[in-house]
Amino acid sequence: MAKTILAVDDSSSLRQMVAFSLKAAGYQVVEAVDGQDGFDKAKLQAVDLVLTDQNMPRMDGLALIKLLRGLPAYQKTPILMLTTESSDEMKSKGRAAGANGWLVKPFDPQRLIEVVKKVIG
Amino acid sequence: MSMTSTSNLAASKDAEGEGREFLAFTLGSEEYGIDIHKVQEIRGYEQVTRIANAPAFIKGVINLRGIIIPVVDMRIKFKLGTPVYDQFTVVIILNIGGRVMGMVVDSVSDVTTLSADEIKPAPEMGDTGASFNAEFLMGLGIVGERMLILIDIDRLMSSSEMGLTEKIAA
Amino acid sequence: MSIDISQFFKVFFDEAEELLAEMEKLLLAVDVAAPDAEDLNAIFRTAHSVKGGASTFGLNDMSEVTHILESLLDRIRRGEMALTAVHVDAFLAAKDILKMQLDGHRNGAAVDQDAVANVRMMLQELSADVAPMPPVQPAPAFVQTEVRASFAAGGRRFKIELPVVEQQDINALAAELGLLGRISVTPIDASRHALILTTHESLDDIIAICSFVLDPDELKIFEAPALTPEQRAIEDAARAAVEAELGYGFFDPLEPDEVTQEAVELSDDERGYGFFQPIEQIRAAAESVATAPASIAMPVAVRPEALDVSEVAAEKKAAARKDDKPAAGSDAGSIRVSIEKVDQLINLIGELVITQAMIEQRSDNLDPMLHQRLLGSISQLTRNTRDLQEAVMSIRMMPMDFVFSRFPRMVRDLAAKLGKKVDFITNGAATELDKGLIERIVDPLTHLVRNSIDHGIEMPATRIAAGKSESGRLFLSAAHQGGNIIIEVADDGGGLNRERILDKARQNGLAVSDSMTDADVWQLIFAPGFSTAETVTDVSGRGVGMDVVKRNIAAMGGTVDIRSARGFGTTISISLPLTLAILDGMSIRCGDEVYILPLGFVVESLQPASEDVKDIANRGRVVKVRGEYLPLVAMHQLFDIVPKFTAPSEGIIVILEVDGRKAALFIDELVGQQQVVVKNLESNYRKVSGISGATILGDGGVSLILDVPALLRATRMDEPALT
Repeated sequence: MAKTILAVDDSSSLRQMVAFSLKAAGYQVVEAVDGQDGFDKAKLQAVDLVLTDQNMPRMDGLALIKLLRGLPAYQKTPILMLTTESSDEMKSKGRAAGANGWLVKPFDPQRLIEVVKKVIG
Repeated sequence: MSMTSTSNLAASKDAEGEGREFLAFTLGSEEYGIDIHKVQEIRGYEQVTRIANAPAFIKGVINLRGIIIPVVDMRIKFKLGTPVYDQFTVVIILNIGGRVMGMVVDSVSDVTTLSADEIKPAPEMGDTGASFNAEFLMGLGIVGERMLILIDIDRLMSSSEMGLTEKIAA
Repeated sequence: MSIDISQFFKVFFDEAEELLAEMEKLLLAVDVAAPDAEDLNAIFRTAHSVKGGASTFGLNDMSEVTHILESLLDRIRRGEMALTAVHVDAFLAAKDILKMQLDGHRNGAAVDQDAVANVRMMLQELSADVAPMPPVQPAPAFVQTEVRASFAAGGRRFKIELPVVEQQDINALAAELGLLGRISVTPIDASRHALILTTHESLDDIIAICSFVLDPDELKIFEAPALTPEQRAIEDAARAAVEAELGYGFFDPLEPDEVTQEAVELSDDERGYGFFQPIEQIRAAAESVATAPASIAMPVAVRPEALDVSEVAAEKKAAARKDDKPAAGSDAGSIRVSIEKVDQLINLIGELVITQAMIEQRSDNLDPMLHQRLLGSISQLTRNTRDLQEAVMSIRMMPMDFVFSRFPRMVRDLAAKLGKKVDFITNGAATELDKGLIERIVDPLTHLVRNSIDHGIEMPATRIAAGKSESGRLFLSAAHQGGNIIIEVADDGGGLNRERILDKARQNGLAVSDSMTDADVWQLIFAPGFSTAETVTDVSGRGVGMDVVKRNIAAMGGTVDIRSARGFGTTISISLPLTLAILDGMSIRCGDEVYILPLGFVVESLQPASEDVKDIANRGRVVKVRGEYLPLVAMHQLFDIVPKFTAPSEGIIVILEVDGRKAALFIDELVGQQQVVVKNLESNYRKVSGISGATILGDGGVSLILDVPALLRATRMDEPALT
């Protein structure tokens, strides 16, 4: 059965691109427009992987990750941050919040699929 | 609004040597041709609502499936033939850059494909017998016995002479 | 498998446009003295989002500008740099540049590269003022336009071998070419260098730029295949001064199978992704999640201490803010629909209304007793259709804010240009208006606003001398009133000068008298060619005069009124009908032609007695109705129709009223009353004087709708009614 990915990003163009690419690779994709929306959608349906942007209105990526880790169904779900920089600060904050890794923006669709495959196959 | 000059059509589009398609119609005793791509459909002449104080060649407006379009009678405008309105009267519906309008003609003949060498440059005014200003002529199409006077319908319908469009103020 | 992301360009263009508009709005609203932290965050986010998208989609020129902008905004929002008015101006300028670049990509519009360079310099200077190490100083040897690799959108790679030149020439060239894409410098031999440029631009453009600095004949340009990320990492690593961020990498010690051999030891940073645990661990954990979806909704002890206090505060604040703006162009509760689809829907509803009216008409003859159920259903159908109609029309209704939001920037710039101080206040931005009208009201309103600032509001010194506040006030308001929307442009400036207007009117040959009421005098400024400004400024005296404004508004079925008081100010009031497309009409016949009169203007109709119709020499006819004499207009004369009746006492007169003024229209007969769908003539034809639109009758024919205000004006001015 196809795996499901939750893609959270406030940029429509980026989100659509991510969704399109992942669907082309055979995954199901749920889209959310910011942290709050992502959290609401995550509660409705358990997904196999979460990809989240950092800077978003209403609730940012780090807050989302922390809240997700508080849900029993999301204790072990892989969560990757989509980030615009790979600074040490980002890495330590992300790790502390409970993320499993990061992917630097901009990335091309191939890279995205490659990374996702590494994590959930 | 196309700005093709009256120079030879062959110079413009068909690099591949493919022909261009023209809708041939008659006005009076002459046959004319216009680019088929500007033609949306062909209808009969009916239920034209007159517009007061408009020039005589603008017959009025009609309802074309919900949109209101003007209808002009080329026979009146260019003094060709006798304007008769009966069940044989044909209105060619044109779509020029998004503007739709109807043109009354005597009859529609067919769709003719003309290759580049079948199109000759339009001669100076007078020769064709038409009252069209030479700037609206694209050339003459010669196919066997037939001579089609090729009109740049885009340019003609957009011109101030026809008065179909509003001049934009300042 | 390769995925073409260019299909998302359009989405990004729309998104970027909205983000830029949002950025401007926030910048205009921010309080420089005490900026709100959330506002600064929001401004930062707009720049950040634009940059993210621009990089992803390979719009390097934009991501370059946004990068500097974003860095500045980041420092400001963190409190590392103070926000000043100079910053705001620079940011607004940057927004203009970005919009220009966006239009360049979107429509092929021309981009003024000098302006771009100026703005970049301005931003860089601002960056230099504070931080010890400004983020985007070009490195001495070469310029890198993209810190992150953005090979997402492709590009070609050229190697340009330079002859022996000075280092400063290499730098200059690298700086210029760097604007085209990604550039690096490598030595060829002891004395010569080569530039490696990855770009979308053409070879011709590259040569053109090179020829500014060098003789193109001395260059050797090769095209090379684009590098794979790994290769580029090697290339980057060779340039010691710059950190390469390319593709992916791992946070923790790499798994044995991930380490690709020898020299190609790519770090996470070089590869652009990474993990905090060994990938095996993550995968194993992921698999164990396969079961237990049931308990999702119950958050287990959300350990409050894990959340940063400051983050919670920010979240709360963000949630408390009015959620009026949907996140960057997308909103979980709405969908984008093309305008064509909506218009088609409205057309279809219009057809439905006609058909339903026909059914109603034909059922009029039926015996109500025999056909009770049928007639009952027809009534129901009428109600349903009307509801459907209203619901669909409301789709096209948009808040006036769409119009209002254009003005703050314009007012600010214009006031600054003229040396005036203007406070801009709006009211009723939520008032809704049909989209078609919204678009058409923008130009007239812009003209009126410009007029107010240019001619209405006085210079600060003049105002103070007159005992007024230094800043003039400009009000823009919108409100519903009955079936109309009233839009007002008001200023507290000097008001209209009655004498000057009368003088100018006399000069122009208009018939005026000193005893005219103020209201009538103000209406004179709508006459063509009228401008009492002493100097026709570039701003508002472009010949797009008040007459065009009035004409535009009349074409929308609206009216314009002016109130003014010397020394106090001027208010211009526009009234527009709320629904353009459906009209209650009275159909009338003259000869064998049927026309429609909008019912709103009809007072009554009657057949006059012949002795009540009088001829006034040189002024036409009048008819006496209830003691007053009204001008009589014969339809057949106006429209050149052969009528059934030439004597008003044999036909019918319809009393029309517009703004308190009445006239009588002489026709042959009344046909009936019906709701009609208004179609405009201008789409495929042109404006016809005396006609405000057309409608399609039940029989499929077209009937013209009379422009009653125009008719009445013609009767007053003694000019030929219709040209």
